[in-house]
Amino acid sequence: MNRVVAVLSRIGRLLPAYAVLYIGFLYLPILLLPLFSFNDSKVLGFPLTGFTTKWYASLAEQTALFEALKNSLIVAVVSAVVATSLGTLISRAITKHRYPLRRTSQTIVMAPLVMPEIIIAISLLIVFLGIGIGTTLFTVILAHSLLTIPFCVSIMTSAFGQFDDALEEAAVDLGETSWGALRRVTLPVVSPGIISCLLISFTVSFDEFILAFFLSGNSPTLPVYIWSQVRFPAKLPNVIALGSLLILVSILFLLVAERFRHRSERFTQQPE
Amino acid sequence: MTLDKNARLGLLLATPTTLYVLLLIAAPVGMTIAYSFWTQEFVDVTRDFTWANYREVFTDPLYRTLIFRSVRIAAMVTLLTVLLAYPVAYHIALNVKKNKAMWLFLVTIPFWTSYLLRVFSWKLILAQNGVVNSALLWLGVIDTPIDTLLYNSEAVVVTLAHAWAPFAILPIFVSLEKIDRSYLEAAKDLGEGPVRSFLRVTLPLSIPGIIGASMIIFIPTVGDYVTPALVGGSDGAMVANMIQVQFGKANNWPLGAALALSAVVCVTGAACLLVLCLKLIERSLK
Repeated sequence: MNRVVAVLSRIGRLLPAYAVLYIGFLYLPILLLPLFSFNDSKVLGFPLTGFTTKWYASLAEQTALFEALKNSLIVAVVSAVVATSLGTLISRAITKHRYPLRRTSQTIVMAPLVMPEIIIAISLLIVFLGIGIGTTLFTVILAHSLLTIPFCVSIMTSAFGQFDDALEEAAVDLGETSWGALRRVTLPVVSPGIISCLLISFTVSFDEFILAFFLSGNSPTLPVYIWSQVRFPAKLPNVIALGSLLILVSILFLLVAERFRHRSERFTQQPE
Repeated sequence: MTLDKNARLGLLLATPTTLYVLLLIAAPVGMTIAYSFWTQEFVDVTRDFTWANYREVFTDPLYRTLIFRSVRIAAMVTLLTVLLAYPVAYHIALNVKKNKAMWLFLVTIPFWTSYLLRVFSWKLILAQNGVVNSALLWLGVIDTPIDTLLYNSEAVVVTLAHAWAPFAILPIFVSLEKIDRSYLEAAKDLGEGPVRSFLRVTLPLSIPGIIGASMIIFIPTVGDYVTPALVGGSDGAMVANMIQVQFGKANNWPLGAALALSAVVCVTGAACLLVLCLKLIERSLK
């Protein structure tokens, strides 16, 4: 026991240094891609040979890439809108209404979060082919909105939960109909939450690979396209350049989403 | 049964989403279960009930090995991720006074970038001319690059331990943050040193967070496809890779379905065992 105490108290003192190192470890892979993307060599490894931007320049020639990018944007935008709408509806019900099977419905809509994606992928594949609708971007949209609904529900239940009911009651007392109060008072107040749902669902869908891999048929999304390129060493520098751009865009997106989330928290905070 | 206006409106708002999820989960999973009892005959599927697929999954050493390996890798990933992440969560919850939100945000940023690309990047880190080998050569630790870093189950474990980091840090952070600080002061007043109060107060009270983190990591890891495919090689292949083969090249959907469902059953069993172990540890610490 005394040995354990000695070791642990030594670890305790090193904790801040360890935390910083660990965060460095978390960032290592995403910093590596931009580094190699500017390296003037087809070999992805050390030593670095020189600076170039040609891998970015030659991205413009890849027509299949732009097709895949377009597919991904369509899928991500539509499934973000579907998931946010469905997520917002049920979150409102969960937080503001007492209805039969409330807990059950909440458990059901959170279920996609705890199922291995490969299981969702093959199950949907079996059904979509079984009922004859095949695999298209439409089926990817169905799958992606299913996957992102739980994220929207957690964000929106917390947004509606923090919303002060007195605001809505005041609007009704002042002569608004209940629909008017919802549209002119409640929705504007929770709108930062709605925007952060849209951004997060978009990001999750845009990056998602397994479901798209099984369900996209002949119209690959961007991750599926990248997967098809990863096996060809000659294509790798292009993939890395594309990847670096994607990482940059994801981080920008996330920063915007985070700002909105903060604003929603400040907006709905009740005076103490 | 008559419902008041509030309940009726609630039901109206909740039904579309619940039905959407039910339809896209329950129906497909039901079909998968049905498939797992059918037989593939060239391009057609014969719908006669049979246990043959399950028999094959549990007797063919190839499939058995893959399932056990997937569960073993997932257990190792869970253990490593929690061990590495716990001190960081502890640091953010108990040492950091200002800007906790900033620290948490910093931890989550990398995980909103493409999973595929992050895993691919690990391939570059562990490659023969990659980051690890170059650094070790430069430091003079080794003379020739180590060529066994990639394409084995250890590479899969390291890559996934990185991929799941925030899923461990966040739940553990939440459970540490919830601990009533007066307990820690009481332990101090009673003459417990910082380490003993950690072992007897903080650690037991953070077990729920560890259980949450373990479940979030363990379950999806068993079904992971990308990481074993990119860095696992043949020694690190996992059950999802074989499921994909059955639905693709091998074109034996019923066997693939049986494999997937067997994996789910094993995951659930192993997950329950894991929770039980952690609960026992919690009790013995208290």
